[in-house]
Order: sequence, then structure tokens, then C-alpha cells
Amino acid sequence: MLLIYCPYCEEERNELEFRNGGDAHIARPTNIADITDEEFEEYFFIRQNPKGLIYERWRHVHGCGKFFNAARDTVSDRFYLSYKAGEPKPDPATFLNNGNESALNKDKGASK
Amino acid sequence: MSDLMQATRRGVLDGMHGGSAVARLTPAAPASRISLRAPAASVEALSGALAVALPVKPKTSASANGRHALWIGPDEWLIIDESGADLVAEAGKSGALHSAADVSHRNTAVIVSGPKADVAINAGCPQDLSLAIFPVGACSRTLVGKAEVVLYRTAADTFRVEVWRSFAAYVFGLIAEGAEDAAL
Repeated sequence: MLLIYCPYCEEERNELEFRNGGDAHIARPTNIADITDEEFEEYFFIRQNPKGLIYERWRHVHGCGKFFNAARDTVSDRFYLSYKAGEPKPDPATFLNNGNESALNKDKGASK
Repeated sequence: MSDLMQATRRGVLDGMHGGSAVARLTPAAPASRISLRAPAASVEALSGALAVALPVKPKTSASANGRHALWIGPDEWLIIDESGADLVAEAGKSGALHSAADVSHRNTAVIVSGPKADVAINAGCPQDLSLAIFPVGACSRTLVGKAEVVLYRTAADTFRVEVWRSFAAYVFGLIAEGAEDAAL
């Protein structure tokens, strides 16, 4: 059973209380009416689906109801940290301090 | 001539009882409730209008004169008034920005009391209900089985389980089975 830290409730809660909300930090283009179909596809549909570190939106739907972001390893399902929505994307080096973690290198390959 | 039929309102849990020697289940008396949403700037005015200080710390509640304000989220509270007062009107008197939805008839409540009340609820709820983590006055929206509930610890051995009325029989039955298991 996964325990997920909710930054609003300030404690770990059971995974059953949460819903995944897809990739985090996807910025909606400010000129959405002007962009081409290809650019819209890139923004709307194309995701990296990395093996390793991923930043995701989660909603504490059966708790406080708030959306927040979390860094998770897609292989081990380990949650590195969660942070409130709107806060900047944390630097992986600040929470991947264990030399055995392979997620950092995998993330470098996946992110652009 | 046909007899006059009179409809009488009946609570969804009326007459139900259950549990065991260590955790007893009883339906709570009818109460008025609002789901209150408000930004931080309105909290003070709303606290004054409702005569109960809205808690701003996660998982905490405040009570005054049979009225309970439960923290649900950073901008959401569940207000329960056991005397059936018109909470929407009272919140409206604050003059501050807020949304108050009357959910008195949407919710009902089960009172679970006894030395193993926490064990009975834990039969369907994964939260840590030990006194150190979930002290008297603590409250939280969570799940019991497949139904969403709001747990509110009113005493060391008593919980108020606020549940939507359509889920009430399910939650009552699940916790009643948990209470029987707790007695084994």
C-alpha cells in the first residue's frame, strides 16, 4: 500500500484517497488560437512517459480535494517528494542524493 | 371517501442499531450542515458570523454551543449545527466572500462509540486513528470501504462518521461488521 504525502494535509495518506492527474508542469501556450495543429498536438497529447523520474499532478480527491505535484519513480513507484501546485519544479539533485538511484540519469535522457 | 395519506419524513438510518460490546453504532440525531468554501481573507468574518472559529490547521476542528466547524481542505469546511440552525443565513451575515451550500439532507451521520471504536472504523478505513495521530477533535475526509466519509473524533472513544445518505446503509453495515470483528 502506497503512502502519499499531501502538502496541504501535511501528512502521509493512503493511495486510495488520491487520483493521478497526469504530467505536471505542462504550460498552456498563451497564443493557443494561433499555434499550428502540430504545435497543439505537441502541447496537448505528446508526453514523455519516462522510465524513472516523473513529475505528476495528483489530487487528494477523498481528502482535502486539492491538486498538488509529486516527483515519483515510475519503476519503483517511490514518491520522492510532493509540493503544492504552483511551486517551481524542484531540482532532482536536491532529493536524489542516494548514489544508487538511477532515476536521475534516466531523467536527463528523457527531458528536453 | 379515500383516507388522507400523510407523508412523514424518515431518516435513512432511523431505527438502525448495530455493533458489539466494544463498539456501538447509533444513528446521529438530525442536524443542519453546510459545506463552506471561502478564501483565507474571509475566515475571520465568517468565524464571527457563525460564532465558531474556523480552524485553519489541517485535520482540526472547533466547537462551540453544539456547533462544529471541521477543517476539510485549505479553503473548505463542514459546519454542523446540532440545533438545526439556518447556517446559510448566518454565514451570509458575515458580508465576506464565501460559498455556503446546505448539505443537511445530503449527509447523515453514524456515531461509533466504545473502547474499540477506532478498530471498528479501521475495518474499512486505512487512516491511523490512534489517539496520538488522530486526537479528540481531529477530523478528516477519507474513505470507509468505497464510500467517502468525514471522520470526526468527538471523544477518545467516540467518532462521528458523516456520510452521504445514499451510502449510509453501506457504511453502517461495514462498520457494524468491523465492530463485531473487533470484539473477537
